Amino acid sequence: MNLRRDVFQAIADPTRRAILLLVASQSLTAGAIAANFDTARPTVSKHLQILTECELLQQEQNGREIYYHFNAKKMKEVADFIEPFRKMWDDRFNKIEVIMKQYKTKK
Amino acid sequence: MEQKTKVTAEDGKQEMVITREFDLPVELLFKAHAEPGIVEQWMGSKVLKMESKKHGSYQLQKTDAQGTVLFGANGVIHEFSPNRKITRTFEMENTPFGVQLEIYEFEKLTDDTSKLTMHVIYESVAQRDQVLQLPFAQGLNYAHNQLQDIVSKLR
Repeated sequence: MNLRRDVFQAIADPTRRAILLLVASQSLTAGAIAANFDTARPTVSKHLQILTECELLQQEQNGREIYYHFNAKKMKEVADFIEPFRKMWDDRFNKIEVIMKQYKTKK
Repeated sequence: MEQKTKVTAEDGKQEMVITREFDLPVELLFKAHAEPGIVEQWMGSKVLKMESKKHGSYQLQKTDAQGTVLFGANGVIHEFSPNRKITRTFEMENTPFGVQLEIYEFEKLTDDTSKLTMHVIYESVAQRDQVLQLPFAQGLNYAHNQLQDIVSKLR
């Protein structure tokens, strides 16, 4: 296990985020995941390795196949998981202030 | 620096509280939540319907340039007390997030400042946590859609 890998590093990459989305809806094999990407298979494997090392993905043996699962619990552990949500509302509220200040001057 | 918008979501609870103080009189803060033309501007969604009154309902929709629906939401209004309170339900269409109950309280601080407290209650802890992660998931969706566009052009 490579301790230099952290969750933020893992989700910083757009391909890895897309992989997480895919696997979040259903568990898939490496081959099935790779089929969704226009990226060389070894590159996808590397992404899967990184996601597994930081525990966002979990492997499960099913017969001869290895399936990748999304580990939602780990995602929750991302300390700032609330931050994008807060930011979304903060942006909306900032807009309200800007828009309504125009009404104020009109009065 | 203290953050203007605060989100409190205690672990294991199926509710959250969002608070924000505005540099606006409470009347204007309320107006921003009651008038469809204004809601459209800050929500970034089209307001298909908004009956700002008790037993009224509302419907929001966001489409892309091709007219494909990206986001749809609707709900009914249970309480509509001008400059004071709105209680409504909110449901995102075609998602597993269920219906949430939203209680908006508008408070006058001074003649020119006000405070909004949004108390949101979900069907379960799991649903609340999913909604909290949504902005991140939307980022994922976006990345994925872009990817699909690129891939389908290659075929």
